[in-house]
Amino acid sequence: MDTLLQQIINAISLGAIYSLFALGYAMVFSILGVLNLAHSAVFMLGAFFGLIAIDRLGMPLWLAFPIAMLGAGIASVVLELLAFRPLRRRNAARISQLISSIGAAILLVNITQLLFMQFYNSTEAYLPRNLIPSEPIVIEALALRVSPVRMLIVLIALVLMMALHYLVTQTRTGQHMRAVAFDQRIAALLGINVNHIFIITFFLAGVLGGAAGMFYGVVFLNVTPFIGENVALIGLTAIVLGGMGSIQGAVLGGFLVASLQIFSIVIGGGSFRNAVVFLLLFVILLVRPQGLLGQPESTRA
Amino acid sequence: MLELHDVSRSFGGLKALSSVTLCVPPRRIVGLIGPNGAGKTTLINIISGLDHPDSGTITFEGVPLQNAAPHRITRLGIARTYQNIRLFDEMTALQNLIIAQHSRSRATLLDAVIFAPRYRQEERNLRQQALTLLERFGLEGAAHIAAGNLPYGDQRRLEIARALATGPRLLLLDEPTAGMNPAETRTLGEHILKLREDDGIAILVIEHDMALIHQVCDEIYVLNFGEIIANGTPDEIKANPAVIEAYLGSDHDDIA
Amino acid sequence: MDVLIDLLLQVLRPIGITEPVLQFMLVNAILGVSIYLTLHAGLFSLANAGFMAIGAYIGVILTQQAGLPLWAALVGGMIAAGLIALPIGLPTLRLRDIYLAIATIGFGEVVRVLILNFDDIASSLLTAIEGERVRFQLIEGARGIKNIPKLTETWHLIVFLVIIAFLLMRLHRSRFGRAMAAIRQDETVAANMGINVVYVKNVVFILSAMLAGAAGVFNGHLTRIITPAAFGFDKAVDILAFAVLGGTSTWVGPIIGAMVLTAMPEVLRFLKEYRGVFNGLVLLIVIVYLPGGLINPAGWARAWRRLNRSQSVDTSPSTGTG
Repeated sequence: MDTLLQQIINAISLGAIYSLFALGYAMVFSILGVLNLAHSAVFMLGAFFGLIAIDRLGMPLWLAFPIAMLGAGIASVVLELLAFRPLRRRNAARISQLISSIGAAILLVNITQLLFMQFYNSTEAYLPRNLIPSEPIVIEALALRVSPVRMLIVLIALVLMMALHYLVTQTRTGQHMRAVAFDQRIAALLGINVNHIFIITFFLAGVLGGAAGMFYGVVFLNVTPFIGENVALIGLTAIVLGGMGSIQGAVLGGFLVASLQIFSIVIGGGSFRNAVVFLLLFVILLVRPQGLLGQPESTRA
Repeated sequence: MLELHDVSRSFGGLKALSSVTLCVPPRRIVGLIGPNGAGKTTLINIISGLDHPDSGTITFEGVPLQNAAPHRITRLGIARTYQNIRLFDEMTALQNLIIAQHSRSRATLLDAVIFAPRYRQEERNLRQQALTLLERFGLEGAAHIAAGNLPYGDQRRLEIARALATGPRLLLLDEPTAGMNPAETRTLGEHILKLREDDGIAILVIEHDMALIHQVCDEIYVLNFGEIIANGTPDEIKANPAVIEAYLGSDHDDIA
Repeated sequence: MDVLIDLLLQVLRPIGITEPVLQFMLVNAILGVSIYLTLHAGLFSLANAGFMAIGAYIGVILTQQAGLPLWAALVGGMIAAGLIALPIGLPTLRLRDIYLAIATIGFGEVVRVLILNFDDIASSLLTAIEGERVRFQLIEGARGIKNIPKLTETWHLIVFLVIIAFLLMRLHRSRFGRAMAAIRQDETVAANMGINVVYVKNVVFILSAMLAGAAGVFNGHLTRIITPAAFGFDKAVDILAFAVLGGTSTWVGPIIGAMVLTAMPEVLRFLKEYRGVFNGLVLLIVIVYLPGGLINPAGWARAWRRLNRSQSVDTSPSTGTG
């Protein structure tokens, strides 16, 4: 039985992946007011592009990784242009945008499935095992076995989050993003090109989601077109728990959900870990729909 | 008829209403005026049940209202209109008036399914009463036009007609003359007076337009920063120094 | 009745629709109606897959374990779904659009996972109560329940659907139906009209759940095997697609949408492999370019005008989910 400290370390590395993923949801929702359910497909595409880069194009990991992020970012922008912008142009209800994103997600997953059959003749593939030296670092004194993969992931995730934070708070683009988050019409009146902000936000969300997907692939080594579905509801739970309008909330939510999962595995065994997450989602929405860091007034009908 | 005692409401740190005490006697037309942001909309929301006071009591003919759900308040006999017209845009004018009679109709889904006589009779009545009301407001021509497609003036009148269709004994009018010219305002004022005459209802009017206030109100309450700063007949209010000062700060010159 | 059905099948066979396909079209039509009800009242609920699962499992247990006839299973499944809908609806329906959507998605997943682990949970509970190890085996978790008697017949489905259609038509001409439409357009004002919004929303939710439960019972006794995986998010999206494709401005829309989407992969054989792509594409294209769905004259008119790059201003009222 792993020690508490070991479990905490596991939770942190899993949380890093969930948080990065949830950040993508949170960014798009808080800045653009749109819940993009195709984000999980972007996550999966990140892993997929990484897989293709390493497996088919023979790239080294350090090159495949940014390529995967870039690919996911571009896919995310395409989503905005095809599935969201036309609806925005005619002032469609938010629900329509939600439905549109669901349709886009299904489309992306199924196209990827076809590509998988094309390349691998099966719907799953594996990243090579020797990708990263996976000899766990053993710290005898604390009874810890830490895999360098997971440490690297946490590190990179932290770097990405800090970069995002810097972008949003210290740059002019970030300032524009915050203006758009506050009120799109006023931002437009101030001369901000709202459509550009949409593209930038979707791109960044895609980059983060793709990074998370890539991490997921590296950790679990198994890549399928359906990995996005595994994390979709987890990501939703993370942002609902943290508060849907809040970017910090997404990070907090991500780590909390990861911890919940790790500990529920410890207590009840593997099959319950998803049940616990969905139950949590349901309960939060009933008890405190604004999450931990969100605004209460906007959730009630 | 309607009595508010010491009603207060805060949002976060902002005190929207402070110890508001107000009374609308039966068959009286009472005006509520005040600069923008004074709390008038909050007050009307609280009376109609969309919001609840933090403290204080509201009674309507003796029945306490402060925690009642909006539909119960309507069934007790209070109806309201909205500052920014909120008609059921997809429904025709006629349908808007039919749905407004919801609380006065009884036929259940079962009745509708078996074509019960009670159902058929009621549907006829609802339709007839809706048509009568439309005629009264000069809107018969609009009966089968979608409410969202009507011209602004018609929409305003329909909004009031619809409130009336719920069968109220107290009508809350939220800035009914917004967007109207003086002639239209005058006509609306006459309509309001007739409402009191013909239907015997009491009316609480929230307005900026002093011409209307003078035309129809028996008494006026002045709200500023969530507090009632004055109360009296229109003439008394016009001469009240506190009121004049409250208005001097904003760019309203319609106190004259 | 059988003669009529045979006649119908004669007509449909040339385009590739056989009796089994027709049966699934009808079951899905029932699901389409169930989501129509909630959408018509302005509730964006994706819980129907969960209620379908409840109906299916309860119904199947009633026929297999208790040996009851189909109609008893139908009633049982519908009642079970309705009973569960009440405590779920009361707190959940207070939420606003996307939050309601997420909550109902969550509900659906909770149902699926509970079914998956039901036997294990029951075993643990019984063990705790009895004090000795008890093995509970009823639902079989992921493996699903097999060898369900094929009790559903085409005429059952047709009769059920006809009754539902009749009830729907009466609904639209009733006080309750008007209240639903009012709530959909402006919930706050509807309350000011004297409509008890909470009551109406919950009744609609329960009715919708019961219909989904009925579809589950019928479906289970058609497919002869039910697994939790069949009732997950994918199913909920399928049901949503029926409504989106068919349009929700009339009750006929989701029925047509359901039948078309079910029949398409059969009629257009080459689509079979690309079924997933097709579904996603349909959702996307319809919601973006034809938001009122197929059965929606105003929407077609607007799309036609847009296609012709007309400059005229569209003054017709908007309908459906757009």
